Amino acid sequence: MAINKNALYTILLIVIAAAPFVFPNYGVQLATLWLFIIVAMTWDMTGGQMGYNSLGNIFFYGTGMYVAAVIAIGLVYDVGEYTSAFGGGRYDFTDAQYFTGFVLGVIGAGIFCAISAFIIGYVTFGLRGPYFAIGTLGVAIAAGELVSNWDWVGGGQGITLPVYPGNLDDGKVFIYFAFAITGVVLFIFLNYLYKTRFGAAMNAIRDDEEKAEAMGIHTMRYKLISWALSAFFIGVAGGISAFQIISFEPLESAYQTINLGIFMVVCVLLGGKGTLWGPIIGAILFQLFKEVTWNYFLGWQWVALGALIIVTVVYFQDGLMGYLRTVRPEWFGQTVEEKSDDAAGEAAR
Amino acid sequence: MSIIDVSNVSKSFGGVKANTNVSITVEKGGITGLIGPNGSGKTTLFNSIVGYHPIDSGSIKYEGQEISKMLVPEIARLGLLRTFQQTRIYGEMDCVENMLISLPHRKMSIWDTFQKNTAEDREKAENLLDFVGLYEKRFLRSGSLSFGQQKLLEFAMALMNEPTVLLLDEPTAGINPTLINGLIDRLKRANSEFGITLFIIEHNMRVIMNMADTIYCLAHGELLASGTSEEIQNDQRVIDAYLGAH
Repeated sequence: MAINKNALYTILLIVIAAAPFVFPNYGVQLATLWLFIIVAMTWDMTGGQMGYNSLGNIFFYGTGMYVAAVIAIGLVYDVGEYTSAFGGGRYDFTDAQYFTGFVLGVIGAGIFCAISAFIIGYVTFGLRGPYFAIGTLGVAIAAGELVSNWDWVGGGQGITLPVYPGNLDDGKVFIYFAFAITGVVLFIFLNYLYKTRFGAAMNAIRDDEEKAEAMGIHTMRYKLISWALSAFFIGVAGGISAFQIISFEPLESAYQTINLGIFMVVCVLLGGKGTLWGPIIGAILFQLFKEVTWNYFLGWQWVALGALIIVTVVYFQDGLMGYLRTVRPEWFGQTVEEKSDDAAGEAAR
Repeated sequence: MSIIDVSNVSKSFGGVKANTNVSITVEKGGITGLIGPNGSGKTTLFNSIVGYHPIDSGSIKYEGQEISKMLVPEIARLGLLRTFQQTRIYGEMDCVENMLISLPHRKMSIWDTFQKNTAEDREKAENLLDFVGLYEKRFLRSGSLSFGQQKLLEFAMALMNEPTVLLLDEPTAGINPTLINGLIDRLKRANSEFGITLFIIEHNMRVIMNMADTIYCLAHGELLASGTSEEIQNDQRVIDAYLGAH
């Protein structure tokens, strides 16, 4: 390829690092963009690369938020007492307590979600196609309802985390970089994973799971591990979100099945599922579209978003990358190659 | 020495008796054929052996081990592999990727699977694609290949998996007649060079008579006859079954 990949990645890293300082007024939007990129890429791991369209990945987001919050609070205070005060009372966190809680909470959220993915996956991966989608959606909705009735974590009132110690603008930059680093790590990881035998096995399950089984591939093992890896990163993103939103409740912000739960799927479809860059491009386009409609068509923003979803799902399922692959297959290395010293080609029609 | 022992296997779907008391043995290192008119239960027997559905009665042993209760991936991991009558390949991937994913995962640890494919793996894949004559098309999306080419690819994928026994369900069906000779030659070479035991369902008599050491003939779900190709060719019951005498 003509483009030097290293140069491209260096420029991208500089843009990523400079963005919050060049556009200080858009700190929250930029952080949200990273959240979208992360959830889109993780959704694509099972949805695009493995053919298991989950509508329940939001479960890991919400669970990540709660686990991070419980760990951060639990390190310092009794969680039940803390939540029953509903943000009242005096609960101070020192700088060290805040950052320890943040790091341990976010990592703990990832690990907890990965383990839950193993358990839920063991049951739901028996389902195929639309049944898997609905089954996982059911898990996410049920979890939201259960948590909203669980007083220990604040019930329907939700939970309130300590605010960032110090300047509020610094806090936004801190959250931005927490998301950005997670996103970059995820990208590097997936860039590697999709080139391994593991990545190939995921694609095999997507294309023909029965064939993969007949070839002796450990399909269940691959499905569980991929979903657990994906859940880890969503959990981490959820954990960071908890510290970004600070005060959240179960149904609208944590287990938001109809917002982020659907948005992540639309991002992937828009950009092109089953590709490395598709979810990223899709997330950027979607976030742009969302912000523009929210700013200029207020009142109609949900209508516009719904229209976008319908158009994408009905007419543009392969997304931008899928469209490019159809019109320019040679960009993706799909070519017929002539062999010079040929003797064995007689069987090729 | 026998490698697959099927004894008194019966399988019915509702009221249809697909297999009734079928007993066959597949010799290790040989080529065994299975023929019979359409609907005589050949594919059902294949499916029973590789674990697609439970059998009603009887026993199936692979290298002395009872496998009739095992699941498809477990049996495949023993080195007993099958190809499909309707080809099954990974349509979204190119031919080389199809080959690489067919590397024997049963011989890998979980750690191996997180590695990239080695240069040797690629070389092996390309050699086998060359072996079946698909080298030039190796970077095409496999779903865009013709049916016959997909069959050849599926055969190459099976070889990539280094099976001990390969069950082939009509390997020449849908393949251009001019290519069939090449395919017979390759099947024989797979058997003699790679030492793979072959068990083949085939409708093309010229093909199966040319290759198989032993042939079994099924009719109406029952074993009608067995023997060498000459014995089968001269067996009046087999001729009657094919011409619909009963």
